[in-house]
Amino acid sequence: MQRTVLLAITLALAAAVGSAPAAPVNYKTPDEVAVFKPGPNLEVVQGNCSACHSSDYVATQPPMKDKKAFWQAEVTKMIKVYGAPIDDADVGKIVDYLAATY
Amino acid sequence: MFDRRDLLKGAGLAAVAATLNSTRALALDTVTLPFANGERPLVKYPQKRPMIGLTSRPPQLETPFAVFNDGPITPNNAFFVRYHLSDLPYNLDPDKFMLEVKGKVDKPLKLSLKDIRKMKATEIVAVNQCSGNSRGFFEPRVAGGQLANGAMGCARWRGVPLKTVLEMAGVQAGAKQVTFNGMDGPVSDKTPDFVKALDLDHAADGEVMLAYGMNGEDLPFLNGFPLRLIVPGYYGTYWVKHLNEIAVIDNVYDGFWMKSAYRIPDTPNNAIEPGTTPKATIPINRFTIRSFITSVPDGAKLKAGATTLRGIAFDGGKGIKEVQVSTDGGKTWAQAKLGKDLGKYAFREWKLPVKLAAGSHELKVRATGNGGETQPDTPRWNPAGYLRNVVETVRVSVA
Repeated sequence: MQRTVLLAITLALAAAVGSAPAAPVNYKTPDEVAVFKPGPNLEVVQGNCSACHSSDYVATQPPMKDKKAFWQAEVTKMIKVYGAPIDDADVGKIVDYLAATY
Repeated sequence: MFDRRDLLKGAGLAAVAATLNSTRALALDTVTLPFANGERPLVKYPQKRPMIGLTSRPPQLETPFAVFNDGPITPNNAFFVRYHLSDLPYNLDPDKFMLEVKGKVDKPLKLSLKDIRKMKATEIVAVNQCSGNSRGFFEPRVAGGQLANGAMGCARWRGVPLKTVLEMAGVQAGAKQVTFNGMDGPVSDKTPDFVKALDLDHAADGEVMLAYGMNGEDLPFLNGFPLRLIVPGYYGTYWVKHLNEIAVIDNVYDGFWMKSAYRIPDTPNNAIEPGTTPKATIPINRFTIRSFITSVPDGAKLKAGATTLRGIAFDGGKGIKEVQVSTDGGKTWAQAKLGKDLGKYAFREWKLPVKLAAGSHELKVRATGNGGETQPDTPRWNPAGYLRNVVETVRVSVA
């Protein structure tokens, strides 16, 4: 009986510690240092791609045999699947930059 | 693989960097993952030790592989990080956090963290692994996050069974699935929000958990603070982070992240001819069985004589029955001794004393699960780069 009471007190204490108010989070990620490499139409790429993700998404992709087809498919995916608001006139420029630069 | 000493050097620099300026990602060091275009920075984030940086916005961090030799539990500060969308709840207030349970339930709920922590807690040791873990090794290569083997980890998760919360809410007749949404979301409202679904039977199996604790501490922010879903044996895509919305539905959820993404070929072994497109697909689900040598990195130089090889194995929840090791490129195999059983969803350590003569050796490791499934000798391929579980090889030169 006494052991039960002790256990109950221990659990109550544990619960009190467990439910102590946590500090509000203010999580700071490191500054973004990755940048798109220099290349043709760089500013079009920066303007369109950087809105949603950092440039390392591009830089870490594998070297493919058919670069143009690979990057065309990626840009199409960004538009069709993820809803990237890229002007039709910019699509070719972005694909050219990616195929020439990465 | 990379040299462990480089990593330690990186860690030392990280401590210096943290002192000088904690918000700046200095180039601590780089590591080169063993595939083309595999150079990565080592980066230091709050609550994390130096990690392999895949992307910075949203953050994606891979665990340096040497960590897995330190024990079957992956430390919180070394646990991998994977996000899809860049709008993270960086300023969330845990005291205002609410988990909403809605949809086809008798009594919709709004639970604070305090409410959830007051409920009877359970714990489970379970591996979380990114669906794309090891994607960088696919041949032919495929688009997506180019990871080596460090997008996995094993932790002791603490929280409440999802079943308990669903029972509190009272699931209505005709319910089919449960959907999960976290506080992280897209930058553009044209991008599909990251929402995942489980069948009701699975969601209410008593093992699927709402976790607030990880290895005796709160979840690190980048691992889903203050609450995440734990789906033992299933790929990380289902382990929704910053979880604040659960909906019971009476149909099969058809959002992008279930219907179009995270699909595997509907074929035996879920594999297809490399470079082709599958005719039909199903949602990714349980882990394939895997094992690794952790004590010796690829390309290591060892002294001739006796040494003990160590490593880990895991599977989708049947548990590990045996681990075999070969030091002659797979010609002969020896039974390794298994370490402590932390549960059928956990990393299982193994070790084996071996004698190595001078020369080049291919060390291989192969696990067999309690269900009899084992690892293939040649890699299986699928276009998204999921499910890798080929028998891994570590090449060493002995002198």
